[in-house]
Amino acid sequence: MTRKQRRGVLIGTCLAVLGVAVGLVLYAMRDSIVFFYGPSDVAGMEMAPGQRFRLGGLVEEGSVERGTGTTVRFVVTDGAKTLPVTYTGVLPDLFREGQGVITEGILEPDGVFHADNVLAKHDENYMPPEVAAKLKEQGMWREEKDADGPESKVN
Amino acid sequence: MIAETGHYALILALAVAIVQMVLPVIGTRLRDPQLTAVAVPAAQAEFILIGIAFIALTTAYVTSDFSVLNVWQNSHSAKPLLYKISGVWGNHEGSMVLWVLILALFGAAVATFGTNLPRQLQANVLAVQGSIAVAFLLFIILTSNPFTRLDPAPFDGQGLNPVLQDPALAFHPPFLYAGYVGFSMAFSFAVAALIDGRIDAAWARWVRPWTLAAWMCLTLGIAMGSWWAYYELGWGGFWFWDPVENASFMPWLAGTALLHSALVMEKRDALKVWTILLAIITFSLSLMGTFLVRSGVLTSVHAFAVDPERGVFILGIMAVFIGGAFALFAWRAPLLSQGGLFAPISREGSLVLNNLLLTVACAAVLVGTLYPLALEAVTGEKISVGAPFFNLTFVPLIVPLLIAVPFGPLLAWKRGDLYAAAQRLMVAAIVSLGVMIVTLAIYQKGPWLAPLGIGLGVWLLMGAATEIATRVKLFDASSTESWRRARNLPRAAYGSALAHAGVGLMVIGLVGTTAWRTERIEALSPGGTVDIAGYQLKFEGVAPRQGPNYQERVAVFEVTRNGHPVTELKPSKRAFAVEKSATTEAGIHNSWRGDLYVVLGDELKDGAYSIRIYFNPMVRLIWLGALVMFFGGGVSLSDRRLRVGAPKRAKPKSKTATAAAE
Repeated sequence: MTRKQRRGVLIGTCLAVLGVAVGLVLYAMRDSIVFFYGPSDVAGMEMAPGQRFRLGGLVEEGSVERGTGTTVRFVVTDGAKTLPVTYTGVLPDLFREGQGVITEGILEPDGVFHADNVLAKHDENYMPPEVAAKLKEQGMWREEKDADGPESKVN
Repeated sequence: MIAETGHYALILALAVAIVQMVLPVIGTRLRDPQLTAVAVPAAQAEFILIGIAFIALTTAYVTSDFSVLNVWQNSHSAKPLLYKISGVWGNHEGSMVLWVLILALFGAAVATFGTNLPRQLQANVLAVQGSIAVAFLLFIILTSNPFTRLDPAPFDGQGLNPVLQDPALAFHPPFLYAGYVGFSMAFSFAVAALIDGRIDAAWARWVRPWTLAAWMCLTLGIAMGSWWAYYELGWGGFWFWDPVENASFMPWLAGTALLHSALVMEKRDALKVWTILLAIITFSLSLMGTFLVRSGVLTSVHAFAVDPERGVFILGIMAVFIGGAFALFAWRAPLLSQGGLFAPISREGSLVLNNLLLTVACAAVLVGTLYPLALEAVTGEKISVGAPFFNLTFVPLIVPLLIAVPFGPLLAWKRGDLYAAAQRLMVAAIVSLGVMIVTLAIYQKGPWLAPLGIGLGVWLLMGAATEIATRVKLFDASSTESWRRARNLPRAAYGSALAHAGVGLMVIGLVGTTAWRTERIEALSPGGTVDIAGYQLKFEGVAPRQGPNYQERVAVFEVTRNGHPVTELKPSKRAFAVEKSATTEAGIHNSWRGDLYVVLGDELKDGAYSIRIYFNPMVRLIWLGALVMFFGGGVSLSDRRLRVGAPKRAKPKSKTATAAAE
C-alpha cells in the first residue's frame, strides 16, 4: 500500500465513524429528549399523546394524598396553574409540601400527570434552577429563602 | 490565627507560582541555566505552601473553629471525626484548595523525581503547571476564600449535607481530583513540547506514567462515586448519565485514548501531533468538568453554591487555557516532525481505531451534556437529555471498540496479520459463544441483546487471557519454557491484560444488572411478606434508633431462601436535626448471584409502609471490574521501564525482557 492509500483508509474510516456518530446523535436527539415544563406551560399547549416531559413546580400545600397502596397523589403548582400528579413508588427523602419538585412522566388524557420518576433533591434549601426560573416567571419566587441564608448573615 | 496562617500561605503560594510561571520560561529563552533551575525549588515551595494552607483549613475543621465561615457552614461539633475531615473538601472553597494541593503535588513530584528529564523540558513543564496554579489560586483568593472569618463566632455549625457523610464519598473527591489534575501533567508536557517545537518518543515515555497514574485515580474516583450513588441515594441505580457524572466520564474516555496513543508514540514515534492534541483535549475536558460542577450551571448534589461570579471566573480560566493551548497547537504543531509509517492492519492501526472510537464516543457524550445548556442559553427552552440518549449514541459507538479490543494486542507493530490473530482468538470466540447460548437458555426472559452483552464481556475476559497465553506460548512450548516466559513478560503486558479483563467484568455486570434486575414496590404492614428472586422477605416492623448525629427509623426484614434463614436487612430513614435533612439507608445483602436491595419508604395511612425492593444480579462486577482496571494500571505503572527516573538503571534488564516478549 502506498502512503496515499494508507492515508485514504485512515481518513475514510474516520469519516465513516464520524458519520455514524452524527447520525446516531441526530436520531437520538429527535426521540429521547425530555422537555421541562411548568403547569402553566402545559395548560397552554397541545401535548402529543404519550409524550414524556418533566414537570416542575411546588408541591401544593395540603395536596399530598397517600392511599393504602403505594400510589401517591399530589398537585404541582406554579402559582398560576396547577396539575395533579400520581406516582407509584417511594418518594425521595426531601419531598415535602410547599417545596420544589421535578417529576418525569406522561400526561394522560384524563389530565393527570403520571410520573414514573420524582427527582431527589439533596438539600433542604436547594431549589432546582429550572424550578426557580419557572417560579420567577410566575411571580411566585419568595426571596425569604435567601434572607436567612448564610451569605446575608455575614454581610 | 491558624486561619490567617492558611490564608497567608495561599497568597505566598500565588507569589511563588507566578515566579514558577515566569522565570523558567525566560531562562529557557535566554539559555540561562540558573533562571531555568528556579522551576524546581519553586514547584517544591508551592507545594509546601499550599500544603500549609490545607493543613490550616483541616485544623480549623477538626477543632470545629466556627469563627471560620467555611467551617461554620459545613461542619458541626457533633459530627464524627472522619466527616469533619472530609468536610474540608465537601464544599466549594475547600474542594478548590484540595484541587490546587493535588496540582502542586504533581508539580513537586515532577520537580523532585523528574531528574532524568532534559532541564529545558522540565522547566517548561513546571512553568505551565505554575500558570495553572496561578489561575486557580487567584480564583480561590478572589472569589472563594475558605479562610473568611465570621464575627461573632456562632456557637455551633450548620453541619455537612448528610448524603455526603459517607465513607466512600469521603475519598471520592480526592481520587477524582487526582485524576482530573493528573491530566494537567500531560497537558503541561504537551504545551512544553509545543513551546520547544520538539517532540520524540522519549517525550511519550515521560508522559505515560503520569497519565497512567491520573487515569488510575480517575477510574477509582468515578467507581467510588457510582458505588456511593448506588447504595446511598436509594434508587438502586449505579449510573444516571447525569451531567456531573458525564463531566468526570469524558476526561476518562479521552484519557484512556491518550494512554493508548502515547503507547504508539513511545514505541513507534508515530501519532505525535494527535497525541499532543489529545493531551490538550483531555485536560480541557477536566477543566470543563470543574467548570460544570463548580459553576452551579447544573442541577446536582455537586452544585454547592450558585454564584455567577465564580462561574464566569472559571469560564475565563477555561477560555485562556483551552484557547491558548489550541492556538499554540495551531501555530506550532506543523513544526513537529511526522512519525513512522504503518499499515492499517497493525498494532498502530488498532490503536488508532481505539482512539477514533473513544474520542467519537466522548464527543457524543459531550453533545448530550452540553446541548441542554446551549439550547437554554439560545432559546430559553429547558430540556433534559437522559439515559435514552446516551444508550442510543454512546453504546453503539463503544461496542465495536469492545469487540475489537482482544485483536489489538495480538497484532504486530507496523504490519499485522488479522487472520492469524483471529485464529488465536478462536478458543475465546467459542467460549463466548457457548456462554451466550447458555445465558439465553437460562434467562429466557429479558431483552434479546442481553446474552450478546454477556458474551461480549466473556469475549473481553477470554481475549485478555489469550493475549497472555499467546505471549508465553502456553501449550506451544514446554511448560518450563512457558513459565520462564511468564516470569520475563514485562509487567506492562500483565497490566494491560488485567485492565482489559476489568472492562470485561464491568460489561458483564452492567449488562446483567440492567437486563435482569427485578423491582417490587409494595405496601407492607408488619408481618407481611414479599417474594423476590427466590428470596422471601418478612417485614418485622419499624423501630426508632439514635445515631451519633441523627435519629433513624429502622425497618427489620427477615430474609429467607427456600425456608433457610439468610440474613436480616435493616434499611432505615435517617433524620439529621442539625442539617434539617434526611437520608435513606438501603439494606443490602450481597451474594455471588447479585444484590438484594431494600429501601424503606413513607408510612402509609393504615400503619403500612411503602417498601421498594430490588434484586440486582451481578451488580458487584461493575465495581470489581473498575478495581481490576485500577489494579491493572498499578501493575503497569510498576513496570521498571515506565518508572520515572528508572529507565537508565533498568536498561540492561528491560532489554532482555523485551527480547523475551518478542
